Parts: sequence; structure tokens; C-alpha cells
Amino acid sequence: MSGTGKTVKCLVWDLDHTVWDGVLLEDGQVTLRPGVADAIRTLDERGILHSIASRNDHAAAMARLEELGLAEYFLHPQINWGAKSASVRSVAEALNIGLDAVAFIDDQPFERDEVAFELPQVRCLDAAELPALTRMPELMPRFATEDSRRRREMYRADQVRKDAEERFDGAQDEFLARLDMRFEIAPAGESDLQRAEELTVRTNQLNTTGVTYSYEELDAFRTSDRHLLLTAALTDRYGPYGTIGLALVETGEEDWHLRLLLMSCRVMSRGVGTVLINHVKRRARDAGARLIADFVPTDRNRMMLVSFRFNGFEEISREDGLVRFAADLSSIPPDPAYLDVLAG
Amino acid sequence: MDAIKSATREFIGKYVRNRELADSDDLFASGFVNSLFVMQLVMFVESELATPVADEDLQMDNFRSVDAVAAFVARKAAATPAA
Repeated sequence: MSGTGKTVKCLVWDLDHTVWDGVLLEDGQVTLRPGVADAIRTLDERGILHSIASRNDHAAAMARLEELGLAEYFLHPQINWGAKSASVRSVAEALNIGLDAVAFIDDQPFERDEVAFELPQVRCLDAAELPALTRMPELMPRFATEDSRRRREMYRADQVRKDAEERFDGAQDEFLARLDMRFEIAPAGESDLQRAEELTVRTNQLNTTGVTYSYEELDAFRTSDRHLLLTAALTDRYGPYGTIGLALVETGEEDWHLRLLLMSCRVMSRGVGTVLINHVKRRARDAGARLIADFVPTDRNRMMLVSFRFNGFEEISREDGLVRFAADLSSIPPDPAYLDVLAG
Repeated sequence: MDAIKSATREFIGKYVRNRELADSDDLFASGFVNSLFVMQLVMFVESELATPVADEDLQMDNFRSVDAVAAFVARKAAATPAA
């Protein structure tokens, strides 16, 4: 399998000769290829999402998937007569994930080549590889956490939220005020570590340094009295987003050092990154320390640079791709009125 | 300058409810410092106002108000020789 070795977040399936044997338009009663249903369920439990890129009649294909008991597993299925690369791209955009976190499985070399040519970041798999699918390292996240088991459900809730947001006739901050958001910040417990590790591995865009930490490293930070490891969870009227933020702070006598701050891209438009930053700022101020933050620019995380620069951080040094910011702790803005913050 | 201001006002209106926004009003005073909003404002300046924003331009003072955005765009245009 080509690609970067990163964990796949979504597997996009062809239908004819890949999910089922035969061609739906020729045989309305096509049956599943052996192992497909198990593979889909196994990957779903690991938190890997499924979607579809198929040249077929949308209504007929969805009806057959419904009969086969698999329709609910597929998010944003793209069943149309267009190029599969366009379909795969639409899926990634709808889920707000990078193309390098997408895999595509199809029996036709032509389709795989077309996707690989247009979208070289996407991992293309031959349908013949199905028996080995669930053992591929890219499809084996180290842990299946509570959040990963519920990921599909959470993405579905996101879809409902997004539809509501699109229908909402007003400014974005008015919509946010109607969500009844509750943002909970707490020191990471042992049971949070798997999700914390998963977040460092999965989060690329809203990640200040791109450093990934193992379970063991995070556990050492959690129990260290010179570190603060915070997790953040968000809930709104549509349901939980799960644990969506992480902050790692080295708490020295004079300097507190924000080594890592990350937020899931699902909460990009909720303004909660700033809330977590301000929480850390207040704690540093109360401890009588300065707050220094690390930032490693990548081609994906400019938004975190914006988060620092528009939240009272001044650049103090820059070398070897590492930027350091110091926070102004003299005036820390209050949390926005549109959400409740609970800090434990 | 007026065209830039009215385009900026219209863009901001999609995000912030205050319809009576004055050109000098501080967007960040209300606590509405949503990073996505800021990022979208930056992208708006880059694509719609055709003004590249370098990392060192990412300063609140350049984006604080409609006036500030217009002044920033004018300053950048003056610094760049016409192609």
C-alpha cells in the first residue's frame, strides 16, 4: 500500500464487484462478497468511517445496501456517473479530513489509476486485497476508544448540525448561541490516555507542533508533577462531540511551557480552541508564571498560528522550524457568552 | 477604499450579528475571536481583496476592524509595485 503510513480515517468503497458480486444494473439481487460485511463492521468499531464512490444509480444502490443491512455504515455516499476522484474528494471535504487519511478500494485497475493520478495522497486498494484488509497496519489504529466506537454516530450528529447551520438564516455567532454548548476541561485521567494518543495521531490541522505522543509518554506526563495534561470535551444540543482537545503544559517555577495544543477539526468553527488557550493562560497567571508556547509550522496548521497571534501571543524566537511565543497574561479575555465552560 | 470597506463589512456580517457594525468597531472586543472566523477573514483578504497575508502580517491590528482591514490592504498595495 502506498501513502504516508498515517492511519486511514475513511475507507471509500466501490460497489460493483467490490462490495457485492456482479453488477447491480444487471442483477437487482446482487449478493455481498464474502467478508465484506465483517470487514465493514470491524473497521467501523475501530472508528474508521466508510463511504462510497460508485458509478451507479443512487436510489437503486442505496435501496440494495439498505436490504443488505449496510446502508447505515456509509457516510456521504457518492453514487453518480462522475469521475471517482471527484467522488473521493467530495467525501474528504464532507468529512473535513485530509486526502492522506482516505483509502479507496475498487476492483478496476482503471478506477484505481484514475484516483491515484488525480489524488496521489489517497491510498488505493485492489478489491482482491479484501481478505487482508482488516490486518493492514494503516487500518489498525492502536486503540479502539469510546470515541472511536462512536465516531460514525458523532459524524452523523455533525451532519444534522451542519444542515441546521446551513438552513439557519442569521450570523454565525447567533447560531453558536443556539447550540447550548458545554465545554469541559479536566486533567487527563488514565482512561483518557488512549483517546489522547489517538488525538495526537489523528489531528493535523489544528495541531501546534505535530508531535505525536505514545500512550506511555502521555501517562508519564499525566502522573508527573511538573506537567499538566488537560483534555477538553464538547457537548451541544445535538449530542456529544467527544474528547476533542488536548493541552500539554510543562509547569516550571518561572515558565509554563505549552508543548502541545490540539483541537479536533470537527470543532473548528466553535471557538473552543481560544477557550482552552485562555484557560491555560489563567492557570499560568495564577501560578505566577510566564506562559511560553511552542509552534512548529506545517503546511496544514496555519490556523493554530492564527490562534496564537490573535490571542495575545508574541513571537520571541524562531529557529530550526520551531517558533516560540510568549503570552500576554495581563489581560485575558472572558470566555464567550455562547458556551458554558466547566473546568475541573 | 469604499469598495474594500463595503465588501469587508458584508463578509463580516455573515459571522457577527451586529448589523450596525461601524467601520471603526473592534471585532475582537466582543470575545468573538473564533479562530475559524479570523482564518476566514484572512482568506477573504487574500482571495477576494487580492492581498497576500504573510505570517508576520497576522496581527490583530491588521484585522481589528473594517477600517483596519482597508488600511492594511492599502498599505500592502502601496508596498507592491503594480504588475
